[in-house]
Amino acid sequence: MQLTKEEENMLDGEEGYAVKKSMEILVALGNIYGAESLIKVGSVQVAGVSYHNLGDAGLQFLSELARDGKVKVLTTLNPAGMDLKDWKKLGIDKEFARKQKLVIDAFDKMGIIISCTCTPYLIGNLPIFGEHIAWSESSAVTFANSVIGARTNREGGPSALAAAFVGKTPNYGLHLDEKRVPDIHIHVTAELKKLSDWGAFGYCVGENAENKIPYITGIDHADLDDLKSFCASVVTYGAKPLFFIPKITPGSMDHQPPKEMITIETRDIENAYESINDDFSTVDLVCIGCPHCSIKEVAKIARMLKGKTISPHTQFWVASSRFVKGIADDRGYTETIEGAGGKFACDTCMAVAPLKGRFRSVVTTSAKGCYYSRHNNMMTKMGSLQECIEAAVKGKWS
Amino acid sequence: MYRGSCERKMELRGRVISKGNAEGEALTTSQPISFYGGVDPDTSKIIEKGHELEGECVRARILVFPNGKGSTVGSYTLYRMKKNGNAPAGMINRECETVVAVGAIISEIPCVDKIDISKIGSGDTILIEADVVRIKRKSKA
Repeated sequence: MQLTKEEENMLDGEEGYAVKKSMEILVALGNIYGAESLIKVGSVQVAGVSYHNLGDAGLQFLSELARDGKVKVLTTLNPAGMDLKDWKKLGIDKEFARKQKLVIDAFDKMGIIISCTCTPYLIGNLPIFGEHIAWSESSAVTFANSVIGARTNREGGPSALAAAFVGKTPNYGLHLDEKRVPDIHIHVTAELKKLSDWGAFGYCVGENAENKIPYITGIDHADLDDLKSFCASVVTYGAKPLFFIPKITPGSMDHQPPKEMITIETRDIENAYESINDDFSTVDLVCIGCPHCSIKEVAKIARMLKGKTISPHTQFWVASSRFVKGIADDRGYTETIEGAGGKFACDTCMAVAPLKGRFRSVVTTSAKGCYYSRHNNMMTKMGSLQECIEAAVKGKWS
Repeated sequence: MYRGSCERKMELRGRVISKGNAEGEALTTSQPISFYGGVDPDTSKIIEKGHELEGECVRARILVFPNGKGSTVGSYTLYRMKKNGNAPAGMINRECETVVAVGAIISEIPCVDKIDISKIGSGDTILIEADVVRIKRKSKA
């Protein structure tokens, strides 16, 4: 890899420990993946924030970097393991909260915006078409590449941080035109009627397009929330973090449908629900917001919950960013949701909070949410927002 | 007739992933290793069920494996092993990937890849000097 004089100096330690370590990481990755140089990035999204995943080792590493590390570009943060303000309300224990706060302090010291959301594009970290960025958080990476047409590989926590300290990333993979070419044609004949259908569809595509870039036909309409859900699901279940849908996502008209073709029918969508849904009726937790809810989704939840009461045996969580909750507070949605017995889970989500052993069963609109909940030994069901709210009110899935 | 032991020496050249020198006894596997969930950072033991090296201790060894796998949190596991004094002395891969590369760099564990790992057996004495891997094998003549 060719380095400029300035980059050589950073590698030699002229800008301190954090920049030196970061350059070592970027150069090693560049060499492994055959990058010729580093390119500037417009923004960074850092994952690996929950103390649940980081442990003391991660905390120690981040604290060391925070001693002299300062980010050079707009940098936002993935969800943490708890609501940073109202963690007690979510049943988080004190020692976990103390450690989680130390993690957040380290990121804060680096100059990172403590956004704690997997939807940075909803809160002001919004790249433009063709912009190079270095993001971790697979659902956001997929959204940025596919829906926006920005360019990023699927970074891990440390490599995203390294890009933030240097302001650059190695130029390989999805930064290059020749690597952004679809290699499997997915044609869907099933009608996608509700949000969870997009999660189920993502499951089908992911399973059939393992490590491939799908070119998807048969879809003539999608909104932000549909695509947000699909992005999370398709990459969780195996595809590369980029897809094309002609007339819906940018750049798709530049490509021809690949020869290898798979058709997804109504039966396939039903099968996806069957493999995601476990057999249970008593519902311990209903969680909406994987990825984090948009304000449109929060408004919908408030409208549907109005005048209803959540079952005393069931918790109802709305996972979203603190920024979206701010709008919800102003509009009165928060009052409606909390009045019905629901809770906002800001800054965190069902994939990264320490939920193991606390709930036996969860109902959600999200296929990705089900995937991670099973890792937490929970039984899962996926349904429409209407079905989720009914389950929360009755305390049962019927 | 000559009896007793003699030393066979071999030298391989690879690519530096994390620079430095290291010496130790090789612990070799043909299977990829997942550090997150597959290795216990507090005991340095490989705990992945059914792994060739299950139950083996990687502490102070030269760990020889084709490549890493699994969650990117594995990089932090290597860092934790280093801080606990449980890290391997060095690592040799056929083809290094992101998790091990980042883990080796942040933990300052010498790591070399692009090495024909089939030439290294468990128990060989290994010296890593930047991109050079020297192998000493005691064998009965």
